[in-house]
Amino acid sequence: MNLAFFGVQLLNGLQYGLLLFLIASGLTLIFGIMGIINLAHGAMYMIGAYLVYDLTLRLGNFWLAIVVAVPIAVALGLIIERLFLDTLYKRDHLYQVLLTFGLILVINEVQRIIWGGDVHSVAVPSPFDTSLQLTSNLQYSVYRLFLMGVCLALAAVIYWVIRHTRLGIIIRAGAVDRDMVEGLGINVRTLFTLIFSAGVALTAFAGMIAAPLSTIAPGMGDSILITCFVVVVIGGIGSIKGAFWGAILIGMAETFGSVLIPSLASMVIYLIMAAVLLVKPRGLFA
Amino acid sequence: MKHAFKNTVLASLIGTSLVASAMATASEHPVKLGLMLPYSGTYSALGEAITNGLKLAIKEQDGQLGGRDVEYVRLDSEADPSQAPQNMSRLVKGDDVDFVIGPVHSGVAMGMLRMAKKTGAITIIPNAGLEAATNQLCMPNVFRTSHSMWQDSYPMGKAAYERGHRKVVTITWDYAAGKEDVAGFKEAFTKAGGEIVEQIWVPFPSTEFQSYLSQIASIDPDAVYTFFAGGGGVSFVRDYAAAGLKESIPLLGSGFLTEGNLQALGEAGEGVMTTLHYADTLQSEANRNFVSAYQEAYGETPDAYAVHGYDTGKMLAQALYSVKGDTENKEALIEALSNVHLDSPRGPISFSDSHHPIQNIYLLEIQDGKQEVVDVAYEQLEVPDDACKM
Repeated sequence: MNLAFFGVQLLNGLQYGLLLFLIASGLTLIFGIMGIINLAHGAMYMIGAYLVYDLTLRLGNFWLAIVVAVPIAVALGLIIERLFLDTLYKRDHLYQVLLTFGLILVINEVQRIIWGGDVHSVAVPSPFDTSLQLTSNLQYSVYRLFLMGVCLALAAVIYWVIRHTRLGIIIRAGAVDRDMVEGLGINVRTLFTLIFSAGVALTAFAGMIAAPLSTIAPGMGDSILITCFVVVVIGGIGSIKGAFWGAILIGMAETFGSVLIPSLASMVIYLIMAAVLLVKPRGLFA
Repeated sequence: MKHAFKNTVLASLIGTSLVASAMATASEHPVKLGLMLPYSGTYSALGEAITNGLKLAIKEQDGQLGGRDVEYVRLDSEADPSQAPQNMSRLVKGDDVDFVIGPVHSGVAMGMLRMAKKTGAITIIPNAGLEAATNQLCMPNVFRTSHSMWQDSYPMGKAAYERGHRKVVTITWDYAAGKEDVAGFKEAFTKAGGEIVEQIWVPFPSTEFQSYLSQIASIDPDAVYTFFAGGGGVSFVRDYAAAGLKESIPLLGSGFLTEGNLQALGEAGEGVMTTLHYADTLQSEANRNFVSAYQEAYGETPDAYAVHGYDTGKMLAQALYSVKGDTENKEALIEALSNVHLDSPRGPISFSDSHHPIQNIYLLEIQDGKQEVVDVAYEQLEVPDDACKM
């Protein structure tokens, strides 16, 4: 393995990890603060991708499509939280698991009714539709670099909100002791709506900006959901910092694992999860 | 008096019509076709295409098979292997169908084959490519009108060598279809004198290909051979093009890499070469007629799946014609089915002793967004079926 090859793989791992972070950040917020195991999180990722595919066709512009799609995603999160989750907060986790699993089935079916079972793609938008020459025969899509930039910027924004704003203090406190926060006179109800919508919007947005690099197909969110749960568990439930480092770790592990130990590739992330849980049962940053 | 007369006339009319309809059902009750295909979920487009093709072929026979009307019993297989045995038994025992047509998914096929053995129901497989169906698990009452993974990939091995490729990397999902497909390519390619320098196995159904592409670039082979289907196929071809590999390392694949994916592939698909038993651009009279009839009926261009359905219909028509519509004598029916010769849209087809189609395999290349036929990669290829004992 020469140095160039190693460097390219490092880049691949970083890019995959950053995208994972964007999806997992919403999951960990919803999981950690609201105590909701949202199995429909991956389906929201898919909806983001389909929205952008549809709107790009209609509006003729990828960037415009994103501008229109983000508010739709926020509204979707709002509706789901108010209509369905609202009644389940006081109940056992099992009810939430059942509900969000049902949501997967409904969302997948709605997707099929609206967009059908075919496979679609979105063209890489300008000005990022070029490639950089990395090695003699390998290029790297500029859009991938752009995607990394967006993920890093969002990570910074999320970090800033959580660390340095009043809202962030409430969120952090909520993750530790919900009852105490409520006791201090903070409207947890509104907080929950906000967090759920933000979580849904984050994963849908990840689906949107990843759309030009991925294939838009039925069920595309199902497989990424499991990886994201692994990320959240490794990082520590509710911790944004944990989601970030967990995602980078898993991104690197999958990338290098698939090349260096292909026979174990599909197991690598679970082995890492098991190892982390053995040492730190609550995750790395919990 | 008037009333009595009217009643007598009515009664006799009703009586005769009852007798007439009873006679009609006795001699011409319809041939029942049980369609066990996916009509929901990921594979629903394939199930619909097969059904469309089948119905088109039967419509061309004035809606009849061997002089009898046809009744369709649709059962959504949902491409769910665990439901396959019950579903098939429902068709055979509950609905009492004369033929079972299905499935699409190889996993479902395994479950169906078990029931086919138990019940002796005549089964025609219009898609699933698992080798075992017409090899280890072959049986007299099971026919296939599609292909096996091996049959579509084997011809590419020779074609790749003839195009000057000597060192090839293969990459596919680590599952049965991928293994059977790559094995076919490898067999022909190494026999011709080529060398497989690396075989990459991607965990199914992962579509995160970046790290493998970097690996391929560092190995720098003469060509890459791949089998991915559906969304995975699109992802792979697009990532391959975006990584700039397409210019320096030609991409070869099984036909399912690109079949039905042309639009989603866009620019990235240009120049990709595959082997498959059908292309809608085939220039033969049979295919031109089929394509225009299909377009007229359904408003879209047929794909390989539609042809599988169409040929299934043609096969039934020919066999039932030769037994004069008698579906009771199973042995004669099986004999008639195995002697079918079709002038199919994909070229001439006949059936091997294991009931697998002997057919042409074409070398295809995407040019200007269309799947063009470059050459006949292998004429009248028969699959090896040494393990088949019937």
